Amino acid sequence: MPQTVTLSVARYRPEKESEPSFESYEVPFRRDWVVLDALNYIKDRLDGSLSFRWSCRMGVCGSCGMTVNGQPRLTCASFLSAEPPGPIRVEPLRYFPIVRDLVVDITDFMTKLRKVKPWIVRREEKPLAEGEYRQTPDQLDAYKQFSMCINCLLCYSACPIYGLEPSFIGPAAIALAQRYNQDSRDEGSAERLQILSEHDGMWQCTFVGECTKACPKHVDPAGAIQQYKLTSAAHWFKTLLPWGGR
Amino acid sequence: MSAPARYTPYHPRWYRHRVSVWWWLQSRSYTGFVLRELTSVFVAFFALELLWQVRAVGRGPEAYARFLDRLHTPALLALNGLALLFLLFHSVTWFNLAPTAMVVRLRGKRLPDLVVAGANYAAWVVLSAAVALILLRG
Amino acid sequence: MARPITPFLWLLFSAGGTVAALLYPVHLFLGGLAFPLGWLPAPGYERLHALAGHPVARLYLFVLISLPLFHWAHRFRYTLYDGLQLKHLTGLIAALCYGAALVGSALAAYTLWSVS
Repeated sequence: MPQTVTLSVARYRPEKESEPSFESYEVPFRRDWVVLDALNYIKDRLDGSLSFRWSCRMGVCGSCGMTVNGQPRLTCASFLSAEPPGPIRVEPLRYFPIVRDLVVDITDFMTKLRKVKPWIVRREEKPLAEGEYRQTPDQLDAYKQFSMCINCLLCYSACPIYGLEPSFIGPAAIALAQRYNQDSRDEGSAERLQILSEHDGMWQCTFVGECTKACPKHVDPAGAIQQYKLTSAAHWFKTLLPWGGR
Repeated sequence: MSAPARYTPYHPRWYRHRVSVWWWLQSRSYTGFVLRELTSVFVAFFALELLWQVRAVGRGPEAYARFLDRLHTPALLALNGLALLFLLFHSVTWFNLAPTAMVVRLRGKRLPDLVVAGANYAAWVVLSAAVALILLRG
Repeated sequence: MARPITPFLWLLFSAGGTVAALLYPVHLFLGGLAFPLGWLPAPGYERLHALAGHPVARLYLFVLISLPLFHWAHRFRYTLYDGLQLKHLTGLIAALCYGAALVGSALAAYTLWSVS
């Protein structure tokens, strides 16, 4: 086993340069190290100016998403030993504007997320005296998978449509809309359908499927979107019938 | 992106990569996706070939014989062979993706993907056999 | 706001894709390769003409030609839009694609109607 491995890290310092460049660092090659460990080693021992986001280091916070050897990955879940031999290329998450080094701006996603109303929408809240909302295991099963999303944005980074058309609302936002649509406590399907039927909503998706492949929490956003298209089409069909309400 | 970086302490200039027009060659998955989308061209091609055949049948035996001659040329045979490959690719990708879009729930439990895909493949075999029987019987 | 037409176009795309996936390989294999190359006995002109005269067969052929054309239109429109990044021509591309599918379907309807 080699002693060290080279990390080829994208740097971008807007105060000094107009374009990103790459810098190489030698880090120890430990079998149990992930790319995040290597980045922290660089920041601690080699180059304190390197900027990057991370937090929980165990795959639940969604902060450390970056492009590792061309693939969108959580750096806390990418083992150095799992990469092919040779320098490991670490770049910021693709398709997002780069603020500095490996840090990207995610305001676009935050705006889109808010648009889809990712909360339980009810015409009237149940009074406290009536107790809690109850759900059978099957009702929970209907949306549980989509609730696993940690907003890490790897799916946006994998989606070529988002890259080509940045106004596309994107996989995670639609999957989260579905998480609430399928929740038996929610009554907001009609509102969300209105929002997501717009030009940049679900219909921009051409089912490439890369989002599901990139998702570290097995949310299957591609599935959420296709199912939503089917529901939307069925709803459209119903509005054609004279007795089908709007 | 050739303008010089304008740095202000409170909002530095962000960098945006431009997506290359060759984006679809950058990974196998992307290329596979575009090939899958291009199968639609061969779908249209065969639809028109079917239309051509119906037209020939409607115009009488001589017209139909001319149609058959055209089909027999190496160019069209090669094109049809290529089209068959793309159509098979369409069918396989279509049936494999069907379970993702069509979630069937039986008694509250979701049917496994293999069952849904399998049902599609079974329908494919049954319908193809039926068509073959009808056309080969005369 | 006008009722969006995209769900309808997507339904056409799905129906066409399903028809093409289930039925095109066998029809192409037989009609485009096996019969011309003599691998299997081809139906004679009389039999084909008799088949094409039957109203159920005409309906089947219409669906077989028309729906996949709409499948192509929808998919190809997005391929041009995304693959070649022709965003500024989006209206023109949509009109050309669905228009071509409509023309093809109309031709198919006319041809099948006039089979003697």
